[in-house]
Amino acid sequence: MSTEKPVFRHPQATRNTLGLTRKDYEGAVSTLCAGCGHDSTTNAIIQACFELAVEPHRVVKLSGIGCSSKTPAYFLSRSHGFNAVHGRMPSVATGANMANRELLYIGISGDGDTASIGMGQFAHALRRNLNLNYICMNNGCYGLTKGQDSATADFGSAGKKGVPNPYSSIDLCELAIGLGASFVARGFSGDKQQLVPLIMGAFAHQGLAFIDVISPCVTFNNTATSTKSYEYVREHSEATNTFDFIPLQQEILTHYPEGTSQEVIMHDGSIIHLHKAEAGLTITSRRKALDNLEEQKARGRLLTGLLYINPESKDTHEIINSTLRPLNSLGEADLCPGNAALQQINAGLR
Amino acid sequence: MNKIERVNDFVVRFANVNGSGSASANNLFAKALFRLGVPVSPKNIFPSNIQGLPTWYEVRVSEHGYLGRRGGYDMVVAVNGQTLLQDYRELLPGGYFIYDSTKELSADFTRTDITPIGIPLTELCNEAFDHPKLRQLLKNIIYVGSLSFLIDLDFAILTEAIERQFAKKPKLGEPNIKALEIGYAYAKEHYHGTCRLRVLRTDKLGADILLDGNSASALGAIYAGATVAGWYPITPSTSIVEAFEKYAAKFRVEKETGRRKVAILQAEDELAALGIVIGAAWNGARAFTATSGPGISLMNEFLGLAYFAEIPAVLIDVQRVGPSTGMPTRTQQSDLLSCAYASHGDTKHILLFPCDPRECFELTADAFDLADRLQTPVIVMSDLDLGMNEHVSPPLSWDDSRRYDRGKVLSADDLEKRQGKWGRYLDVDGDGICWRTYPGSHPTKGSYFTRGTSHNAYSAYTEESPVYQAGMARLLVKWQTARTLVPTPRTKIRDPQSRFGAVFFGTTTHAAYEALSRFARQHGMKINSLRLRAFPFQDEVIDFIDRHETVFVIEQNRDGQLKSLLTNEAGVLPAKLESILNFDGLPITADFITAAIQAFFDRNPACLAERNGGQQ
Repeated sequence: MSTEKPVFRHPQATRNTLGLTRKDYEGAVSTLCAGCGHDSTTNAIIQACFELAVEPHRVVKLSGIGCSSKTPAYFLSRSHGFNAVHGRMPSVATGANMANRELLYIGISGDGDTASIGMGQFAHALRRNLNLNYICMNNGCYGLTKGQDSATADFGSAGKKGVPNPYSSIDLCELAIGLGASFVARGFSGDKQQLVPLIMGAFAHQGLAFIDVISPCVTFNNTATSTKSYEYVREHSEATNTFDFIPLQQEILTHYPEGTSQEVIMHDGSIIHLHKAEAGLTITSRRKALDNLEEQKARGRLLTGLLYINPESKDTHEIINSTLRPLNSLGEADLCPGNAALQQINAGLR
Repeated sequence: MNKIERVNDFVVRFANVNGSGSASANNLFAKALFRLGVPVSPKNIFPSNIQGLPTWYEVRVSEHGYLGRRGGYDMVVAVNGQTLLQDYRELLPGGYFIYDSTKELSADFTRTDITPIGIPLTELCNEAFDHPKLRQLLKNIIYVGSLSFLIDLDFAILTEAIERQFAKKPKLGEPNIKALEIGYAYAKEHYHGTCRLRVLRTDKLGADILLDGNSASALGAIYAGATVAGWYPITPSTSIVEAFEKYAAKFRVEKETGRRKVAILQAEDELAALGIVIGAAWNGARAFTATSGPGISLMNEFLGLAYFAEIPAVLIDVQRVGPSTGMPTRTQQSDLLSCAYASHGDTKHILLFPCDPRECFELTADAFDLADRLQTPVIVMSDLDLGMNEHVSPPLSWDDSRRYDRGKVLSADDLEKRQGKWGRYLDVDGDGICWRTYPGSHPTKGSYFTRGTSHNAYSAYTEESPVYQAGMARLLVKWQTARTLVPTPRTKIRDPQSRFGAVFFGTTTHAAYEALSRFARQHGMKINSLRLRAFPFQDEVIDFIDRHETVFVIEQNRDGQLKSLLTNEAGVLPAKLESILNFDGLPITADFITAAIQAFFDRNPACLAERNGGQQ
């Protein structure tokens, strides 16, 4: 069940250049667990769209299946949304984008949706460099089916069931870079300061912008033994955050200056190392970008921020040399060759 | 020995090695017959292989215009050592066996009821041509030259065809014409008066064309305004998208920019192919995919989504032999049930059944209007025989005043003027079809959330049973609306009193019509017929079955899938339906159908006797 929010606008609410308030970018009330990292990511998307002053109805939201894929209902209610089938968001987004290249496309997926059932579509949307802001809300587990490990769960990490994951994990950012992605970033749902600009950058990028957002599952992957968990719950006290209707008690937001490493201390004392990309790291070379990730990994740290960008890349429409006009705007005059042409074809078939 | 003696009515079978260039020689032969105005139906019976395995090409010539397979071969051109003996044995008594006599036939070739015609193809070819690669190709052209003499085929037609084919490279045409002459001269010298099969120029074809169904489907998609194609290569559907691309390069290029008014994407698999189609159609473009049975299996997931979320999609299923990988290069009509009910849960899909290239063109174009109007997938059920073989077909035509029916779509203006709350799944017209909007249309109105989960009239998620059930019931109302929109069947009442009818569709049509005519001629038994052109079935279909005591259901699969569908969806008693099933992977023949009908009357002699005694 989705519930619409009451329409109330604060008279002094900040307006963007379109004269819209943040509220104009919101969606229905979230039905995710209180404190879910995905809700923070949703808020970052709202903030990014508000700050970019995109016209909400010019955005198309698409998703697959899973907790993360529910979130398009929770932002941009003036946009058309498409909650597709499991792992198939990229193909539906591809078709939608082919039909009308003038709209902005945001695709929401999760780690099950992207790294397992939808791996093929993920890889090929990257190859085609679809003009899509692809956000993977990555919590290392299957939330909707109650906490099974996903393919991004780190080796040895254990969720609520307490069984260490015996398989190696898939690093979606490394994979994306390897597959020829043109914009690859990693964010953390608790770090809005970093995530909002990343999302804005992704919207601005012409081609596929992939953002792997570490977005913890508070219900099933919130253990001392998990590498994608918060067990330490910090009281959140962002009073100006009036648009957020979910209880914020369990949500973690970290604040730290650029270029430093940040430890997020878990409830039980375990630690996630978040390391922000240092100034000077080369992010325009695929090989360097992969090295950067591997180097931090070897030190037990998770590199976040913009990891790789190729601003010169061509998107699908440019690759296939399609018209600049939206294909869905063309009618008979543009598309139908007419009977005279058909009679010529007939003549050639005799 | 009685030699088969016929004019404009025989079957020639060519037995070749795949990849040896025989296709172009055999096409040359068929096209020459076509240009003489003789109804001809060439059928390529080929292996799933690029080079080396046996391949056959059958050409039927029929003055009466029977374009299905007849059964049996009056002449065999056997140039494949691997199948030589098999080809020899399959020739009808009184037939003609043309072979490469460079090497003598072994002791196994002992038939006395046929006429062997040895032509030293290899020897003649090696004498005349030096280039080894050219030799292989021209060896095939030599036998076409010999055939020209043997069946009295106007030699000039062949040379004209070669000249036309090599108009831009006349140098390449020369050796081909030389090869034709060599073959002709050899046959003339050695086999004067030997062969009693003849072709005569006639004018049975009028304005007809010779075209494969896949090209016709591609043209249908071009004319209907398809702008997005998502596809994955699979035999026998691949040539649809290849042809679509070819025609798009011709008709869909913006003069000013050189950019294309089309997006053709080769997807990573069939799932993504249909996902692309659904995304594009949801966003207001006309989109389609072409596939075959294995692709349909993979597309089930998305077909269910498109059915339930009500998104238009056009699929062309060029059926091949299943189950599983089956025989990828052989034909069948065995995807009927898997298409009609594709995907889990309660689903039904609209199927269209073309029987010739003109219908491939028309029904593919119609599929886009139907999909938009009904906001649901429409599957054009072609098959390998129809899609990949060239068929004599009435010419294609397009009504320039025709406008695309984009169905119920609200523009920004419509949304602005509209009173009351709009709901994506609100049935305001009572026909089960609701109004939709395209993304980006209006700043504040008409946005909605499309989902494959249960939804209410305003497309919000719901688990309320009555709301879910109302939605599912409305889809059945829409299904009833579909019955009034899909193409009507073609009925032939040969005898209003007849107690027997026949129902069939697609490529079964031509052989079925021939068999029914033959049966009427031979037994005075007139069997009425109904050629289905769509599912869901109209009342006309039910009435036709009701008016007959027994209805033959003729189809090309093992399990009688059309019979099941009729039983399930038209409330027909299964006992009334007599299945005639061909599932050998080759196009059904008139001989086979005639024999099956005969067998039925042999089992039920009273039926035939009563008929003959009572009415004739």
